[in-house]
Amino acid sequence: MAHGHQASGIAAGRLPEEDIAANFSDLHAPYAPHEAAVAADRCYFCYDAPCVTACPTDIDIPMFIRQIQTGQPETAARTILGQNILGGMCARVCPTETLCEEVCVRETAEGKPVEIGRLQRYATDTLMAQDVHPFTRAEPTGRRVAVVGAGPAGLSCAHRLAMLGHDVTIFEAKGKPGGLNEFGIAAYKSTDDFAAREVDWLLRIGGISIETGKSLGAGLTLDGLTGGHDAVFLSIGLGGVNALRAPGEDLPGAQDAVEFIAELRQADSLAALAVGRNVVVIGGGMTAVDAAVQSKLLGAENVTIAYRRDRASMPASRFEQDLAAAKGVKLMFNVMPVAILGDGAVTGIELEYTAVQNGRVAGTGERVTLAADQVFKAIGQTLDGAPDGVALEGGKIAVTGAGRTSVAGIWAGGDCASGGDDLTVTAVAEGRDAAMDIHSALTA
Amino acid sequence: MADLTTDFLGIKSPNPFWLASAPPTDKEYNVRRAFEAGWGGVVWKTLGSEGPPVVNVNGPRYGAIYGADRRLLGLNNIELITDRPLQTNLEEITRVKKDYPDRALIVSLMVPCDEESWKAILPMVEETGADGIELNFGCPHGMAERGMGSAVGQVPEYIQMVTEWCKQYYSKPVIVKLTPNITDIRNPARAAFAGNADAVSLINTINSIISVDLDQMAPEPMLDGKGTHGGYCGPAVKPIALNMVAEIARDPATAGKPISAIGGVTTWRDAAEFMALGAGNVQVCTAAMTYGFRVVQEMIAGLSQWMDEKGYASTADFVGMAVPNVTDWQYLNLNYVTKAKIDQDACIKCGRCYAACEDTSHQAIWIKEDRVFEVNDAECVACNLCVDVCPVENCITMERMKPGEVDPRTGKVVTGDYANWTTHPNNPAAQAAE
Repeated sequence: MAHGHQASGIAAGRLPEEDIAANFSDLHAPYAPHEAAVAADRCYFCYDAPCVTACPTDIDIPMFIRQIQTGQPETAARTILGQNILGGMCARVCPTETLCEEVCVRETAEGKPVEIGRLQRYATDTLMAQDVHPFTRAEPTGRRVAVVGAGPAGLSCAHRLAMLGHDVTIFEAKGKPGGLNEFGIAAYKSTDDFAAREVDWLLRIGGISIETGKSLGAGLTLDGLTGGHDAVFLSIGLGGVNALRAPGEDLPGAQDAVEFIAELRQADSLAALAVGRNVVVIGGGMTAVDAAVQSKLLGAENVTIAYRRDRASMPASRFEQDLAAAKGVKLMFNVMPVAILGDGAVTGIELEYTAVQNGRVAGTGERVTLAADQVFKAIGQTLDGAPDGVALEGGKIAVTGAGRTSVAGIWAGGDCASGGDDLTVTAVAEGRDAAMDIHSALTA
Repeated sequence: MADLTTDFLGIKSPNPFWLASAPPTDKEYNVRRAFEAGWGGVVWKTLGSEGPPVVNVNGPRYGAIYGADRRLLGLNNIELITDRPLQTNLEEITRVKKDYPDRALIVSLMVPCDEESWKAILPMVEETGADGIELNFGCPHGMAERGMGSAVGQVPEYIQMVTEWCKQYYSKPVIVKLTPNITDIRNPARAAFAGNADAVSLINTINSIISVDLDQMAPEPMLDGKGTHGGYCGPAVKPIALNMVAEIARDPATAGKPISAIGGVTTWRDAAEFMALGAGNVQVCTAAMTYGFRVVQEMIAGLSQWMDEKGYASTADFVGMAVPNVTDWQYLNLNYVTKAKIDQDACIKCGRCYAACEDTSHQAIWIKEDRVFEVNDAECVACNLCVDVCPVENCITMERMKPGEVDPRTGKVVTGDYANWTTHPNNPAAQAAE
């Protein structure tokens, strides 16, 4: 029986361990000081800079880059972290190509923006390597706030509240904090256990305790939380996944992409992680790309992303699409799943070509079958476990202003709340802004 | 966080960063916005005598030189003093000072070199409530042709005379702004303090032609085919300004006197360097003109961070600290022997050090097989040129030879003793003294 790269079915050890380690190294290697100086020198310190407008957390980007220019990456880090306490992670995972770097005047002029993300990482890495936490906590106020969910929104909210002197308890359903930073996101964007290290560093503000294994409906009730706290912030993310509603989706080998990515992120040994020889990912967002690329990096021979609309409609950025293509992932557009094939386990997938008619995707009748040992579903996540009594809007918790829900004393932010892109950086901004609003309410 | 509050001549400002007298400080609109952006003080653009204001050209007033990637390194200008009515400026100054009592507001002045002219304007300035005046004895273009600006600053006797009038007819601090277009900056500084000036500020702009248009065969900035010399400023002039500040700071006749430093201050580090050489504060213009008022925020945060790192609680803690280490060439230690050392791991094999040394210095670098560059200690005089041209930081370093080692270039044993030119056997003066 063939093994290694040619092993059929879903198998571990498709590549030598050292190849896997190299494949999962940093996507963008950190700058050396000289590289950072050269990159920083390209910033024009624009007036009312477009990059700042494009940043959901409003980081003063020209200022922090100037601070790198003048030899003070630590001061630059303070400028960043004052606006975005998860600036280290955002430097790694932000789709800068559709945010700050897309609107950089250098992009307009030369097609080559200032590398803002990498410069942000240089600054924040420098400060964090010095093992200091740059903020100090205000005098305790005696007010208590519950944060439900320890993802980017919850952590951001908790840090800001703690800094302002409030006592914060974060309740987290999983065994450890971090949310999608820890359990989602491709591993090559958060190497060396960065997500966990960043949480530890963030908690050094003091005044935050985390209780894991607790969620609404599993040990917690909204009434209980509101009764025991002065305010509640819900940042529970999107725990559910959309179903394909195609025959065969329950066959062994068909799996949610988020589940695969979480397993990968938590795996002790990537070499021991099994992956199909032929992998098909259904979807067109970042989760689809992360699942597809990582399958390829684990040694899958053929990896295909099947997306039901055209390239221009794909939620994953062109940079992400090109990254996938460069790693050998095949991108198929205008195809939708008809059936997952197999007898006892997945062996293939039948797709139908699509066309958009009257704004709706419809099958053309032409079909194609791909061999597949593993099919990942990445067609979106849904709110799961929203507490009763809080109004919803479009399947998410309805919020107005800085995350106010329909219930007084309860705020929400991050992916679970209405409005905003489902990005780490957006979640951080929402958590921060809700914290300021909670602070105003508690000190009014 | 370090305390950046600065007391200069009894004038308090929340930080040592003042905007220099120049176009950015020409009117109320600008100055209010500058204060809102965080500037600690402002020297209002130079006022002239009552009467019809001066006029400015209606063509280009500035010319620039660039570094790589069009980074502005130097600016020259042919703009004159304010071209707005005196009364307008005085009213605006009064309003602004009233609204910003915590900021320094100094009024720059340039009137004809006669007592009546000064006697006339000083009481009007006094009434504004501004914190002090700065005498513009510096501008090298336009006004100098009319006997003002650098035409005064180049004659120490005039400096002293006008300063004395100002001290007589004005009650608050008088700062004398010096021109660098002079052979020895110490003489005008001494004259200013002899006239009881409270401080000197320097440098004003340097006389310059920024470039020549080779098609029209005329200097830039050019108006209708002609150009004139203008005042040069910006990052490129900083070394000249640093030296002049240091010369005044270490001159026994003026040592310890207050100095407000001007000349290419662009970052927190530039400010710290000037202050280490004895300046109590700094004035900025070109950086603001290039990057906008917001640039002061980098200076504030950067200086504060550096002071925290060094443990300086206030700016007074480090002002003048480098002055004792500025000396004359004759007192440099001739027994201090170093050799260049190339870190082969850091070397990227560009060969710039070799070209510099082989073509223009002491032929002390070998190029060996596979482009390995090594220093020949027997020829290295430690001139530092290779370090200066190397594109990689810390790739080439100057390593001090230890006492007891033999310098392969001279064959002499390195001693740990200090010895300078004044006692060197080759010095005819030293031998004559024996």
